[in-house]
Amino acid sequence: MQTNCLPLPEMFLQKLSLVNFKNFEEAELAFSDKVNCFAGPNGSGKTNLLDALHYLGLCKSYFNPLDSQNIRHDEGFFVIQGTFIADDGAEEQVYCGMKRNQKKVFKRNQKEYERLADHIGLFPLVMVSPADGVLISGGSEERRRFMDSVIAQYDKNYLDSLIAYNRVLSQRNALLKQFGENRNFDAAVLEVFDAQLAGKGKPVYEARKAFIAAFTPIFADYYRHLSGAAEEVAITYQSKLHETSFEDLLIRSLPKDRIMQHCTAGVHKDDLEFGIGGYAMKKAGSQGQQKTFLIALRLAQFCFIRDTGKRMPVLLLDDIYDKLDENRVKKLMDAVCGKGFGQIFITDTGVGRIQELFENRGIPFRLFEIRSGKVNNQLKELPSE
Amino acid sequence: MNFPSRLVEDAVNEFAKLPGVGRKTALRFVLHLLRKDPAEVEKFGSTFIRLRQELKHCHTCHNISESEICDICSNPRRDPATVCIVEDVRDVMAIENTNQYTGVYHVLGGIISPMDGIGPGDLSIDHLVQRASSGTIREMIMALSTTMEGDTTNFYIYKRLKEFNISVSTIARGIAIGDELEYADEVTLGRSIVNRVPYEKTIAAK
Repeated sequence: MQTNCLPLPEMFLQKLSLVNFKNFEEAELAFSDKVNCFAGPNGSGKTNLLDALHYLGLCKSYFNPLDSQNIRHDEGFFVIQGTFIADDGAEEQVYCGMKRNQKKVFKRNQKEYERLADHIGLFPLVMVSPADGVLISGGSEERRRFMDSVIAQYDKNYLDSLIAYNRVLSQRNALLKQFGENRNFDAAVLEVFDAQLAGKGKPVYEARKAFIAAFTPIFADYYRHLSGAAEEVAITYQSKLHETSFEDLLIRSLPKDRIMQHCTAGVHKDDLEFGIGGYAMKKAGSQGQQKTFLIALRLAQFCFIRDTGKRMPVLLLDDIYDKLDENRVKKLMDAVCGKGFGQIFITDTGVGRIQELFENRGIPFRLFEIRSGKVNNQLKELPSE
Repeated sequence: MNFPSRLVEDAVNEFAKLPGVGRKTALRFVLHLLRKDPAEVEKFGSTFIRLRQELKHCHTCHNISESEICDICSNPRRDPATVCIVEDVRDVMAIENTNQYTGVYHVLGGIISPMDGIGPGDLSIDHLVQRASSGTIREMIMALSTTMEGDTTNFYIYKRLKEFNISVSTIARGIAIGDELEYADEVTLGRSIVNRVPYEKTIAAK
């Protein structure tokens, strides 16, 4: 297990207050700097609390890209406020307000941001949610987005290259389409775009290759720990650029490109192959194995953000008993309660079993009971003073 | 919008075709013209008719011109061996205003962008290559915008001009004069460091 992390400046969320956010009319919560649990029946609003934290960290909802749909039904606005405390005692206040039909307002210490991008990364967080399943079941685009989002966190040029690449790609696609419609062909123009595409695409490929090489061992460690080394899993980076240069690839795929009227090869077709025991995870993995795989993926992502960023990220674990057996849940808790992790938020439906899970760990722990948009503050606090 | 007269509606529709003009603004223009002297409005209209009918494009550089060859190309004090390649007429005006350039121009009429349906065939690039092949040109300066489409066009022109014995240059990219370094964006600042210039040259430029 990875425990060799630098002493990161710890920063934890001490207070959260909500007004008209999703099913919460009003709520005030005070958190422990280690483990916080939200327990309650289905539809009570546990995940909505995690989503509010997601807003504070990344300026948007994890689930719904439309901000206005996160306002409580029939209300005109929502407000999320959080107070972060650094280990030197300094306070940081983050405010997010959204009025219907207006732009969302983001403030840090009462000062409004001009660009939301300036905020992202200050309070990093990683969410583990049942919705992650799409990484396995969905198309290759989901997996590329996962790679891109992690790499972009530590490699500033990466995102620039990727945006530039996509722009050249659209131009080249438009050109191929014109060739098809007008039944003509101009090799000289295409060559210009090929050279640009290769120039922007190569750094993307190199960055992805280096990332997967560094990421896979961390991921495999976590999977082994969670599963008790029950099965072997693998992540393979699939790219046609493994065997050939970008220029040759474009030349070779040209006949096909001209028929299809778009670029059929390049880093925009890369994929990650998830395997278990030598077979495809999507087909051969059980639901529990897939879930374990996804959690290991997120924990490895957590380590990457932690080791390349400036602050300890917050970990959000939504519905931990989803598809996992008792044993794996315990292993998961062992991992995230150990060194290398900071503040954690967990949701579960059962008050009893979650309490049991943390009873004898001797780490700060707070349990909140949620009932249809109401928070029963601090049901239980450990260690009891 | 309902108009009291068909004539007003037509006039509004014509104004609304102009870039940046909506129907409300167009109506303001029309009502303004209606308040004016008929003679004044006639002058207003005929100015545009004459503009469109009498203005030509220079046969050499595609700049707008009142004669077959524009004032810049026909000026004996301009150096015909140096050609500056620009996107459109606005760029010619901008460079002329600097009073730093004594060569002639070549106006492309756009930049390559397949997404907007503009290919090399829609621009005056073939004519540019023809000019290059005449053998009288020493240097070509590419002064296009620093966007990706500009780069594409630069690259394409460079490839077409490579076979001729002409030095092809591009305008300098870097920190704007009067800018403070801390406010410069990273890409620009990075390039300014990589493509730094000998200090002696900067003294001479003053």
